[in-house]
Amino acid sequence: MAGVSRLQYPPDIRLIRVMCSGRVDLGFILRAFYNGADGVFIIGCRIGECNYTTQGNIHALNMVSLCKRIMEFLGINPERLMIEFMSSAEGIRFARVVTDFTKKIREIGPIGEAEGIGKEELKKKFRDVIGLIPYIKSSMKEKLLKMLDNIEEYESLYTKEEIENLLTNIPSYYIDPEKCQACGTCRRRCPAKAIDGDKNKIHIIDQDKCIKCGTCYEVCPPKFRAVKKLIGEPIPPPIPEEQRIVQRRKVAG
Amino acid sequence: MVEADRHPNIEILTYTDVKEVEGEAGDFKVTLIKRPRYIVEENCTGCTTCMEYCPVLVPDPYNQGLCFSKAAHIYFSLAVPLITYIDEECLFLKEDKCRICESVCDNNAIDLTQRPERIELNVGAIVLSTGFEIFDPKVRGDFGYGRFKNVITSLDFERYLSSTGPSGGEIIRPSDGKHPKRIAWIQCVGSRQVLEGGNSYCSAVCCTYTQKHVLLAKEHDPDLDITVFHNDIRAYGKDFERYFERANSLPKVRFIRSYVSAGREIPETNNVTIRYSTPTEGVKEEEFDMVVLSVGLCPPKDAKELAEKFGIELESHGFCKTNLENPVETSKKGVFVTGAFQGPIDIPESVFGASAASAKCGELLNYRRGKLVEEKKYPEEIDVKGKEPRIGVFVCHCGANIGRVVNVPEVVEYVKTLPYVVHAQEQLFSCTTNSAKEITDMIKEKNLNRVVVAACSPRTLEPLFMETLKEAGLNQYLLEMTNIREHCSWVHSQEKEAATQKAKDIVRKAVARVAALEPLKEFELPVDKRALVIGGGIAGMTCALSIANQGHEVYLLEKEKELGGIARRLHYTLEGLDVQKFLKDLIQKVYKHPLIHVYTGAEITEVSGYVGNFVTKANTDRGAVEIKHGAAVIAIGSEEYKPKEYLYGENENVLTQLELEELIAKKDEKVTNAQTVVMIQCVGCRNEERNYCSRVCCSHAIKNALKLKEINPDMDIYILFRDMRTYGFKEDFYREAADKEVRFIRYEPPENVPQVREEGGVIKVTVKDPILDMDLEIDTDLLILSAAAIPSKDAEKIALLYKVPLNEDGFFKEAHVKLRPVDFATEGVYLCGTAHYPKHINEVINQAHGAAGRVLTLLSQDVVTASGSVAEVDVDKCMGCGACVEACAYGAIQLVTIKGAKKAQVNPVLCKGDGLCNAKCPTGAIQLKHYTDEEIIREIDSLLLEEAVEEEKKVAAGGK
Repeated sequence: MAGVSRLQYPPDIRLIRVMCSGRVDLGFILRAFYNGADGVFIIGCRIGECNYTTQGNIHALNMVSLCKRIMEFLGINPERLMIEFMSSAEGIRFARVVTDFTKKIREIGPIGEAEGIGKEELKKKFRDVIGLIPYIKSSMKEKLLKMLDNIEEYESLYTKEEIENLLTNIPSYYIDPEKCQACGTCRRRCPAKAIDGDKNKIHIIDQDKCIKCGTCYEVCPPKFRAVKKLIGEPIPPPIPEEQRIVQRRKVAG
Repeated sequence: MVEADRHPNIEILTYTDVKEVEGEAGDFKVTLIKRPRYIVEENCTGCTTCMEYCPVLVPDPYNQGLCFSKAAHIYFSLAVPLITYIDEECLFLKEDKCRICESVCDNNAIDLTQRPERIELNVGAIVLSTGFEIFDPKVRGDFGYGRFKNVITSLDFERYLSSTGPSGGEIIRPSDGKHPKRIAWIQCVGSRQVLEGGNSYCSAVCCTYTQKHVLLAKEHDPDLDITVFHNDIRAYGKDFERYFERANSLPKVRFIRSYVSAGREIPETNNVTIRYSTPTEGVKEEEFDMVVLSVGLCPPKDAKELAEKFGIELESHGFCKTNLENPVETSKKGVFVTGAFQGPIDIPESVFGASAASAKCGELLNYRRGKLVEEKKYPEEIDVKGKEPRIGVFVCHCGANIGRVVNVPEVVEYVKTLPYVVHAQEQLFSCTTNSAKEITDMIKEKNLNRVVVAACSPRTLEPLFMETLKEAGLNQYLLEMTNIREHCSWVHSQEKEAATQKAKDIVRKAVARVAALEPLKEFELPVDKRALVIGGGIAGMTCALSIANQGHEVYLLEKEKELGGIARRLHYTLEGLDVQKFLKDLIQKVYKHPLIHVYTGAEITEVSGYVGNFVTKANTDRGAVEIKHGAAVIAIGSEEYKPKEYLYGENENVLTQLELEELIAKKDEKVTNAQTVVMIQCVGCRNEERNYCSRVCCSHAIKNALKLKEINPDMDIYILFRDMRTYGFKEDFYREAADKEVRFIRYEPPENVPQVREEGGVIKVTVKDPILDMDLEIDTDLLILSAAAIPSKDAEKIALLYKVPLNEDGFFKEAHVKLRPVDFATEGVYLCGTAHYPKHINEVINQAHGAAGRVLTLLSQDVVTASGSVAEVDVDKCMGCGACVEACAYGAIQLVTIKGAKKAQVNPVLCKGDGLCNAKCPTGAIQLKHYTDEEIIREIDSLLLEEAVEEEKKVAAGGK
């Protein structure tokens, strides 16, 4: 409606079309900041007026509150991220909100610079956290799906401590070469194809490819328990190629 | 127009007159005379070379003669077909000279020997949509029109505003071509007057079009001083009240209620003076740079001849006479009427009527439906898998809408430097037939396998361009339509450079995205041929009958014990329809129809499914039912507001209009004995809580006032009103009431609001009479409140069940006010009656048939095609966490066990493409096709990282 009504607003905003604000991925926002966007603005339908029936706008709000906590953890002003709910008929409001947001972002200043974070450091911070998205999404699965009655409650859905804990104590997965029987289950089930191995060959997790989803940890047969979850410990280096032949051991009992 | 032109079952004959009509409904023989356009239609490409070379200037008929065109010309830039015709002013035709056009035409498309061609057609039904004639103020010289140079009509002004107009979209004065600074509008020119040469009726559209002009003019020049001299403001349509307020609240815009007279033209400046009356300063004379006359609508010029040819009758004003029970029916069976030949109506109503006429033709000709249908055939789809992107970019000027702000040639040059772009060009209007052809030609010529159209909102025209791709053999999902009008030129019109930069960014983003797009396959779903109609009032019953008459089974649900809805409380209309008799007939027809199943006492409990395949569960008087249906129509009506004001509910002589009508019908003593009756309009609406006009109450009040006068001509009746909104022919009844000495007293909140109190059992109404400028106190026997029409209590529930939206006021919100006024954005669900907005019975009937027409468009198909943009799972990446399953509100995803592992699986038919699953998936295993992570990340990267584009340029260059 802003367009049809020829309402003027600053030309600093670029729009990306999604079919539902619930489609906006945590990854999209972080990617935009990684690329140097100074602000990200998500617009969804008015609460209770979902164009589908999915309440995708509430899902988006949920994700935004998570993202804001992550930004805080990274030392980035969370005000750079905003979500608003409006109908396509509210052209006047759209123009006003965009104008205000542009003004606010100008006041905050360029990303990184305003926060006292160097360009390279900023990139690294976002790159690292983007790499952790699968881990964040699967760790926060329950909360991300939570539908609260009062939308104000989303503000406090994620606590500072919780996110600090989530992003400080990041687990790594490691296959104990002593225990691995090369059954191949973890390799087949790894969604990131991060596990190298073969028949009779001890499996190794490629830590660069690993998305820390924990699937290997969960699917390793209990009789082997070869996959270890390490938090705050260094990951032992992979054993050399020539030592990877499985030493068959008898399972007790 | 383009869509109609492209439809395989529509043949358009332009420049053609009807000569003769014989036969009867079901079998008409129509003789047509096709006038010579002196152009061989098949050969003409619309290149306009002939127009360039034609030496004869003729006043441009499309632009009101405000500028010149050539004798060889295209009627207007969006004409269908977009080819030239040669005017009778042609030198050869007049004097046997010239023939330049013949020699410059490369396609042998000029044929100056053409003669009128006689065509005979055999048709089953005829629809008259001849439109209207604009009131011509030249005849009487209204307000100096024709003498004073700077007095123009609203249609002239409309042309000035248009980018294809005489001044390329600049508002200029005819006298000196300068931009006016002070413009006055005069309303009701030619309308609402019984003087010689005027029309007694209200033209119904001028108030709102003037407000549109004001808004557009202020946008052209925010500094403009605007004055609108008006009588009543008739903002009676959906959302019109807010629209008026928007115009009225602009700075330097005055709406002045006053009759005016034209003063004089000031010789030095050609300025025009206007005299008007003010409440405080008496008559004033003011000078304006330009005066716009808001001229009304008249019957078509040849209405009488049309009536004779088609054997139809005209009503007293010269418009088509229509059946009170159905406004699209003429007095001749098989001949229907839509649009402004019905009388002065606006666009949404013309569209209801058009759809209604199609439904009536369908009812008439149902026995031979489908006999002449032609299927559209597309070329075989080109396989683009594994092929490097070859992108074509088409940047639209939209006349001057985009081009005036965005430097389109610069954008095109820039686009050419982008990776994978092998073709980029500008187009004046990308949406025209020849532009579409240009796109298909380019796809073939340059082997394009991806297309970007940078133009207006994809909401309207994306389907058209998808179709264009299909016609060229490309999968329609290989299109990216991006918006540089609503998102750029229109909203940054003062910042041309920044807007051009933004347009470049937008197109770069589109190019980045289109390169990653995949061809997608659409699903064909069978259509259940049955319809469900919710609401058994006039709207629901009319719609159900029309659908059933076209051979489809209909389930009609009514929440009450009886059919009839709010019409059970109505007894007569202004125009004289006996509502109860009509209703009785209608109910009988519904019950007697073998294809209609009526369920009363119905409450819907659950709705599932999708277009073509809905399942609705309801508890009814006949027990719980489960209904399978392909389409649903929401016709749940509206309610009368229960006033909290003016002693309603406290004094038994304070009633609503509906209550009064019932008493009149019963000849209740309260009414027959009354000496004084006061009516107060706009009770419960046009206020902060309900900022809309209920549309029907003014006419309702007049109707009841006239009935009271019939009962007792000496009764004192006062109507306290804000604006009398007796639009269209209803104006005549307003005049009749005034003639019968019903007294109309205007009140204007917030300062002047009627006060009502009770003293010793007498109702005393105090109101300030603005004409006498004094307080009047009226002791009245009855106080009648024109209470607002408000949305049904069940609206929210029904909206939620069928996943359709409500507007701010709680009425159902159609997909598009003008283009799709009875559809919802949710496919397969339609709307009619007062659930859409308050309206009169004839309007309800019109819209109900309109909805039936739309339902038939769906139900007459065997299959519907569902979008290819659905979620898909990469089984390898899926970790079986189930987040997507929980996120999906449609139950479209389930976990299945594949080789011992849990994996998500999508039912594409149920998927609506919202992509919540995609956003929840930790590993990116589930992707919403057409909006995949990759596609969107590419957009983000391309917008923010010039480097990313540079990088890709190198890759693309290496690959070439």
